[in-house]
Amino acid sequence: MSSLEEKINEAKKLSLQIVKDTEDDRLMTLSVGPQHPGSGHFRFVIKVDGDYIVNVDPDPGYVHRGHEKMCEYRNYFQNLPQLERPALHDSSNILYSYCLAVEDLIGITVPRRGQFIRAIASELDRLVYTEYWLAIYGIFLGHSTMFMWPAGDRELIIDLFERFSGHRVTHCFSIPGGVRNDFPYNFKEKCLTQVNYFEKRLKEYEHIFYNNPLLRQRTEGVGILSKEDAIKLGVTGSVLRASGVPYDIRKVEPYDIYDEIDFNVQYMKTCDSFARAYVPYLDMLESCHIIRQLLDKMPESGDVREKLLGNVKGPPGESYKRVESGRGALGYHIISDGTSRPYRVKMSTPSFRNLMALPFLLVGSKLGDMPPIYWSLNYWPIEADR
Amino acid sequence: MGSITPDFRFGNFVGSVIQLVLVILSLVTVLILPIIFFTLFFVPLPVVNGQVLTPYLFFSMVVDPARTLPIIKFLIHTDLFRAAVFPGFTFAALVAAATIFIERKLLAKMQLRVGPLYAGKIEGIFQLVADGLKLIAKEIIVPSGADKPIFWLAPLLFVSTSAAVVSLIPVAPGWVVANVNVGLIATFGILGFFPLITLLFSWASNSKYPFIGGLRALHQMVAFEIPFFLSALPVVILSASLNLSDIARSQNIFWNILIMPINAFVFYISSLAELERIPFDLPEAESEIVAGWLTETSGMIFGLIQLGSYLKLYALSALFVILFLGGWYGPQIFPHELIPGASTSNIPLLKIFALDGLYNAVTVNSIFWFMVKTSAVILIMLITRGINPRIRIDILLHTGWYKLIVLTFINLFIVLTLIYSGILGPGGMISPK
Repeated sequence: MSSLEEKINEAKKLSLQIVKDTEDDRLMTLSVGPQHPGSGHFRFVIKVDGDYIVNVDPDPGYVHRGHEKMCEYRNYFQNLPQLERPALHDSSNILYSYCLAVEDLIGITVPRRGQFIRAIASELDRLVYTEYWLAIYGIFLGHSTMFMWPAGDRELIIDLFERFSGHRVTHCFSIPGGVRNDFPYNFKEKCLTQVNYFEKRLKEYEHIFYNNPLLRQRTEGVGILSKEDAIKLGVTGSVLRASGVPYDIRKVEPYDIYDEIDFNVQYMKTCDSFARAYVPYLDMLESCHIIRQLLDKMPESGDVREKLLGNVKGPPGESYKRVESGRGALGYHIISDGTSRPYRVKMSTPSFRNLMALPFLLVGSKLGDMPPIYWSLNYWPIEADR
Repeated sequence: MGSITPDFRFGNFVGSVIQLVLVILSLVTVLILPIIFFTLFFVPLPVVNGQVLTPYLFFSMVVDPARTLPIIKFLIHTDLFRAAVFPGFTFAALVAAATIFIERKLLAKMQLRVGPLYAGKIEGIFQLVADGLKLIAKEIIVPSGADKPIFWLAPLLFVSTSAAVVSLIPVAPGWVVANVNVGLIATFGILGFFPLITLLFSWASNSKYPFIGGLRALHQMVAFEIPFFLSALPVVILSASLNLSDIARSQNIFWNILIMPINAFVFYISSLAELERIPFDLPEAESEIVAGWLTETSGMIFGLIQLGSYLKLYALSALFVILFLGGWYGPQIFPHELIPGASTSNIPLLKIFALDGLYNAVTVNSIFWFMVKTSAVILIMLITRGINPRIRIDILLHTGWYKLIVLTFINLFIVLTLIYSGILGPGGMISPK
C-alpha cells in the first residue's frame, strides 16, 4: 500500500536512473510534437528504450492565446464569443458555467423555459463534442471507419444547432440571463427525430468499434489509473468516472433544472484505456435520454431570457460556478470590482486537469500504447492552453 | 471552363497542326524507319507461317488484316511479351491500379463517404491518373545525411522484387513468365527480400521515425514468414510438387481449402502481415511514428513503393488462389469458337472476327476464373481495412510466433493422416487424373 506520491517519486527515480545509466545512443528521444500527426496542438517529448517509454515531458502552451487576460478588457457580453474559442465544438458547455457565474454575480435568475433550452443546448453540444473526440480516438487507433462515422453523424446534431441558433459550431447561444433566442416553430419534433435516429446510429458503433476483439486486445488493461490515484491526481469527467468514481457535477451540484431530471451517472470500474473510451459513449446514450426528458418537461411558452443592460455591472464580489462539460468539470471564477468589466476571470479547464495523469500513465508503457492512453484522457490541448 | 484567347484563329491552329504532322512524318521517313530497318538487318528473324519475318513482310502483315493474326499469335508467345505485358508487369500493374481505385471506393462506401468523384466523368475513375501525375511532378526531397545511393535504389528494388514475385504466378495452363520447378520456394525466397529492402531504406533515410518503422517491419515480416511457409506445406505434400502450375493442376477435383481451411486462414493472416495492411500496418503507424519507414519518401519514390506494395497484394492474392482455391479451374462458360463454324469456312473476314488460331476457349476460361477468384481474395484483403484498428507490436509477435505456428500444424497432421490412410495424395482413392 504505497501512496501516490511515493509511486510517482519511484517512477521518476527509476526513469531518471534509466536515463542516467544507459548510454545516450541506447535511448531515443522522440518529439511527439505539434508537427507530429499523433498529438494535436500539443508537444510531449518522450524517451524510449526499445519499445518502452521511460520518460515523458509534457510541454503544453503551443496554442496559448491569453483568453483570461483578454477577458479583463471586455465587458461581460463581449467576453462570450472569445470564451467559446478554447473548445469551439463544445461551445455551449464552455459558456454555460461562465453564464452561471455572471448570473450569480449580478444576482438574477433565468426564466424557466430559458433554463430548459440552455440545458438542451448543453446536452446537444456534449454529443457534438464526444462524437468529435470519438472520431479522433478511432483514427489514432488506426480505425478509419470510426473516424468517418462519428464525423458524419455529428452533422445530425449540428443541423439542429443551425436550426435554432443560426450557426453550425460556434453559436454563442447561452448568454448571461438565458439564451439568445427561443426555439423555432416545430423544433421539438425535429429534435426528437434527429436524436432518435442518432441513438440508433450510436448502437452500431458498438458493433464495429467497441466489440472489435482487436480493439479490446489493444486497450483493455492498458494505462490503469486506479480509483485512489485518479482522485489524488485530480482528474475529472469521463477519466474519473472510468476509474470507478461516479462523480458528475450534474448530480452532485445540480445547476439550473438538472435536479428535476432523472438520469444515471455512467461509470466503469475497470480503470483502463478501454473504460475511458467507453464511458463517453455511455454518456452520449444517457444524453439522448436526458434530451428526450428535457423536451418533454419543457414549458410550452414563456420568456427565454432575462433582459439585461448591454453594459451590465455587478456589485463588487466574486463567484465560482462549474458545469459538467464533455470533458469534465469546467468552472469559472469571476472577480468583479463593480465596473462593467470583470477584474479577473479564471478558467478551471478539465483538459488541463486530465493532462496531469499523462506522464503518470505513459512512463513504463509501450510506444504502441501511447495513442490509446493519450487520447483516452479526453484531452483537448486548445482548452488546456486557454 | 477555359476561355479562348482573343488572338485565336482557327486557321492558324489547323495550320500548326498540319505543320506538326508533316514534321513528324518526315522525321519518321528520314530517320526512324531507316534506323529500324538497319537494326533489323542484323537481328536473326523468326519464321511465321513458313515465311521469314522480314521487316517488309512485317509491315505488309500489319496492313493486311488476314495476315495479322499469325503475327500476333507469334508475338504473344514470346518471352518479352509474357514478361512485359500479359501475365507479367503491365497486367499486374493494371490490376494494382484497379485495386487502388476499388479500395478507395469500397472504403468510402463503408464509411458513408463518396470517395474519388471529380477526376474523370464517372465516379472519379481517373483519380489514380491524376494522383500519378501529381506524384511525378513533385519534387523528391532527399534528407540531408541520407545514404543517397540506397535511398534512390530501394524503391526501385521494392518494385522489381514485387514484379519478380508476379513473374512466378501462373494465370492459366502454360501462361507464366517463369515456369520454375521450385516455384513455391522461389516465391518465398523472393518475399524474404522485402524486410531487407525495408530496413535498408529506413536506415538510409537517416531519421528516427523511419528507423523505428523499419525495425518494426523487420520484426513483423520475420515473425510471419514461418507460419506463412508452414501453411503452404500441406499443399506441397498433397500435390507432391513445388511447381505452382502443378499445384493448381492437382486441384481439378476439389479445392484445397475444403480439407485445409485453417491453413488457408493462417496464410491469409500472414499475407496481411506481409503486406503491412491494417490491422498489421505497424511499420506505417501514423499516430505513433508519423509514417513509419515511409516518412522521408516524397514524390515518385512514394509512388513506386505504393505500386510495389499493390503488386505484392496482387501476387499474394494470386498465390492464395493457386494454393487453396483451385487455381484456374471453374465451369467452362466460354464457347469453343467465338463464331461457330468460322475455322472451317472460307470467308477470311469471318476468320478475323472469330480470332481464328488466337482464341483458345480453355485458356480464356482459365484466365477468367483465375481473375474472378483473385479479385474476390483481393476484396477480402481490402475489407479488413474498414473494420479493424491497428494492433500492438507485442500482440502481433505473440500471434505470429505462437498462435499461427501452432494452428498450421493441425491441418498438417490431418493431411498426413489422409495421405497415409490412402484417401488423398498421389495414388490415393481421390487423386487428380
